Amino acid sequence: MQFLKLVLRNALRHRLRTALTLLGLVVAILSFGLLQTVVDAWYAGAAGAAPTRLVTRNAVSLVFPLPLSYRDQIRAVDGVRAVSHATWFAGIYQDPKNFFPQFAIEPRTYFAMYPEYLITPQEFTAFLRDRKGAVIGRKLANTYHLGIGDTLPLRGTIYPGAWEFTVRAVYDGIDAKTDTSQMFFHWEYFNETMKTRSRSRADQVGVYLVDVTDIDRVAEVSRAIDAMFKNSLAETLTETERAFQIGFVKQTEALVIAIRIVSYVVIVIILAVMANTMAMTARERLSEYATLKVLGFSPVYIAALIVGESVAIAVIGAGIGIAATFPVSDWFAAKVGTLFPVFKVSGETVALQILCAIGVGIIAAAVPGRRAATVKIVEGLRAIG
Amino acid sequence: MPIPVSYSVRNLWARKYTTALTAGGMALVVFVFTAVMMLDAGLKHTLVSTGHPDNILVTRRSSGTEIQSGVARAQAAIIESQPEIAIGPGGARMASKEVVVLITQPKRGTGVPTNVTVRGVGTHGLAIRPQVRVISGRMFRPDSAEITVGRSIAERFDGTGIGEQLRFGGRHWTVVGVFDAGGSAFDSEVWGDGEQMIQAFRRTAFSSVAARLADPSQFDALKRRLESDPRLTLDVKRERTFYEEQSQVMSNFISYLGLTLSVIFSIGAMIGAMITMYAAVATRTSEIGALRALGFRRRSILVAFLAEALFLGLTGWVVGLVFASTMQLVQISTMNWQSFSELAFRFTLTLEIVGKSLVFALVMGLSGGFLPAVRAARLKIVDALRAA
Repeated sequence: MQFLKLVLRNALRHRLRTALTLLGLVVAILSFGLLQTVVDAWYAGAAGAAPTRLVTRNAVSLVFPLPLSYRDQIRAVDGVRAVSHATWFAGIYQDPKNFFPQFAIEPRTYFAMYPEYLITPQEFTAFLRDRKGAVIGRKLANTYHLGIGDTLPLRGTIYPGAWEFTVRAVYDGIDAKTDTSQMFFHWEYFNETMKTRSRSRADQVGVYLVDVTDIDRVAEVSRAIDAMFKNSLAETLTETERAFQIGFVKQTEALVIAIRIVSYVVIVIILAVMANTMAMTARERLSEYATLKVLGFSPVYIAALIVGESVAIAVIGAGIGIAATFPVSDWFAAKVGTLFPVFKVSGETVALQILCAIGVGIIAAAVPGRRAATVKIVEGLRAIG
Repeated sequence: MPIPVSYSVRNLWARKYTTALTAGGMALVVFVFTAVMMLDAGLKHTLVSTGHPDNILVTRRSSGTEIQSGVARAQAAIIESQPEIAIGPGGARMASKEVVVLITQPKRGTGVPTNVTVRGVGTHGLAIRPQVRVISGRMFRPDSAEITVGRSIAERFDGTGIGEQLRFGGRHWTVVGVFDAGGSAFDSEVWGDGEQMIQAFRRTAFSSVAARLADPSQFDALKRRLESDPRLTLDVKRERTFYEEQSQVMSNFISYLGLTLSVIFSIGAMIGAMITMYAAVATRTSEIGALRALGFRRRSILVAFLAEALFLGLTGWVVGLVFASTMQLVQISTMNWQSFSELAFRFTLTLEIVGKSLVFALVMGLSGGFLPAVRAARLKIVDALRAA
C-alpha cells in the first residue's frame, strides 16, 4: 500500500510529462487495437463459415461459371444433404465506391442452408412471391437507408444492362460475426433476363454450395464431386467454405502482414517515448535514490519503484486507450460502410493491448531501473538532475 | 544577435540517450510514412507504365475490368477498321483482339492458389506494346499452344519454368519463354495466342481490343464516333487511363491507411519530442537566464530551442529515410481488388516522396518543440537565474 502510494505520488510529480506520456500511450494502444481489428475484419468471412459447408467452383478459376445440370448430379452424391447455388453479380449501386456483395440465389435451398441469416416468415414469403424481389442485410439497409418496398437499381458489370430489384426482406445476423452487408435476389429472374439478353450465358451458376451430412465425410464428399466432373468441359474444385474464404484473404496476405507489422511499430514508437520519460525521471531523482539507499532500502526496492511507476502509467494509459477503442471502432465501421462486413473488437485484441502496455511499462523502465539500483551512493548524492 | 546553431546541436549531443530515443521514435514514423507513400507510388507506377500513351483500349460499357468485359467478333472488326488506327508493316491495322481470363495457380513456396491473368493476344499484340521484351527462351508462336510468362510470374509460381506445362481451358500449354515488361502489370501475366485461347475457353467474344493510334490527338474524335455507334456498347479509353483506373481502389485504400497511420503515429512522436524539449528547457533554466543576462533576446532563445527541435526531426528523417530506401529492394505481390488478379509491384522512392517526408519530419519536430521553446523564451531573467 505504502509502495503503491509512493509510486503514484512519484508519477504525479511531473504532471505535464506524465500527462503527455499518457496521451501518447492512449493514442498508441488505441491505434494498435484498431489495426488488429482491421486484420480480424479481413478474416471475418472465414470465421463465420460453417465446417460442413462445401463450395464447388470451376477448377480454372472463379470467373468461369458451372452448368446448371451439375446441381442434380451433385445432389446424388452419397453424403450430400442439400445443394444450393449462388452467382456473384458484381453490380454497381449508384457509384463504384458503394461496394457490397450481390448474389443470385435459389431462395428456399439457400436460406435453409444458411440458418445464420434470420428473416421473418412474412418478409420471406413476400420475397418468394416477388420475382424481382431482393433480400438485403441489416447493415446494408442502414448504410444506404433502404427499407422494405424500396427500389434497388444496379448497373451490371459482368451481366450488362440496368437491373431493378425491390427490397422485400431485411435479414439480421444470428450473432455479431454474421455478414449483414449482402444482397440476394432470385436466380430464376436473373436467368430469364439473361436468356433474353445473352442466350449463351444462361443456365449457368457461379458456385454450388453443398451441405454435407456429417463432418467426418467432408473430405470424401469433396473428392467424390471433383472426380465426377473430371475431364468434363467444366472441371470443378470443391473445398470447405472456410478454405474458400481464406483463399481470398491469402491473396491479399501481403497487405495483412504489412498492417500487422505496422501495428507493432506503433508500440515500438511509444516504447521509445516511454523509455525516454523514465530515463529522464530516473536521472532527475538520482540523488533521491542515493538517499533512499543511505536509509537502507535495497537496490531491488528502488528498481521496483521505477518499474512500478512506469507500469502504472502504462496501465492507466492502456485503460483509457482500450475504453476509447470501442467507440472509435464503431465510428470507423460506420465510415467504411460495407467494405468490412464485420468490424468488432475481439477479446483477444483487448488482451493483446493489455499485454503490450505492461510490456512497454517494464521494458521502458529496464535501463533506468538498473542504473538507479546500481548507482554508487557517493555518485548519486553528487548528481545534479 | 542570434545564438549560434552549434549551441542547439551540442545540446542534443550532450543527452545522447534521450536524443537517440526521441529521434528513433521519429525515424520509425518517417519510415512508415515514407514506406506507405512508396508503396502507393510503386502501384501507380506499375499500372500507369502498363499503358502506352498512343494506345487505346476498348472494353464493354461499364465493365470496369477486362475480365468482366466482352467484345463480340463483329464489334471487334468495326473497331479495327476505324481510320484512326495506325497501319503496321504489311498494311494491316495495328490492333490486337484479346482474350483475358483468370486462372488459379499455386504460388511457389507457399502453394497458395492465386488468380493469375492469362492474356490471349492478337497478331499485333506485341507490336503495340514495345515495352515487352523476351529475356529467356522465345515468344510463343502464333496459332500454337505455346505461352510466354511475365517475369513476376516466372519468379513466383509453380510450373512456369521454360519447358513446363500449365493446364487450363481443357488443354496443356507449354511455356517457351519469359518476358520482361519493364515493371508494368504485364509482368504479372501469362501471354498466349488469342485465337487459340478463345477456342480453348469456348468463348464467342473477345474481352477487349487494344489498338495503336496513328495520331494520338485524334483520340477524342474516335472515342466520340465509337461510343455513339448504335452497333456498339463499348467504352473507349486511352490504354494509360484504363490502367490508371485499375489502381484506384488499392491506391485509395493504401493512401487512406497511410494517412491515418501517419497522423496517429506522428502524435506519438510529437509527444516524445515535446517531453524531450520540455525536459531540456527545465534542466537549462539557469543557462537560459545567463543567456538572457548576456543580452540575447527572447526571440533568439525561441529560435535556438526551435532549432534544437528541428534538428531532432532532421535526425529522425535521415535515419527513417535510409531505412525506407532499403525497402526499394522489396517486391510486394498481392491481389488487385479491382481486377481480382495477382499484381506484383515494388516500393518506389521518388524525389517528391523524399521532399514530402522531409517536410513531414520537420513539421513533427517543430510542433513538438514549439510549446517548450515558447516557455523557454518567456522565462523571466531573475527567476531563471535563481533556479538551481
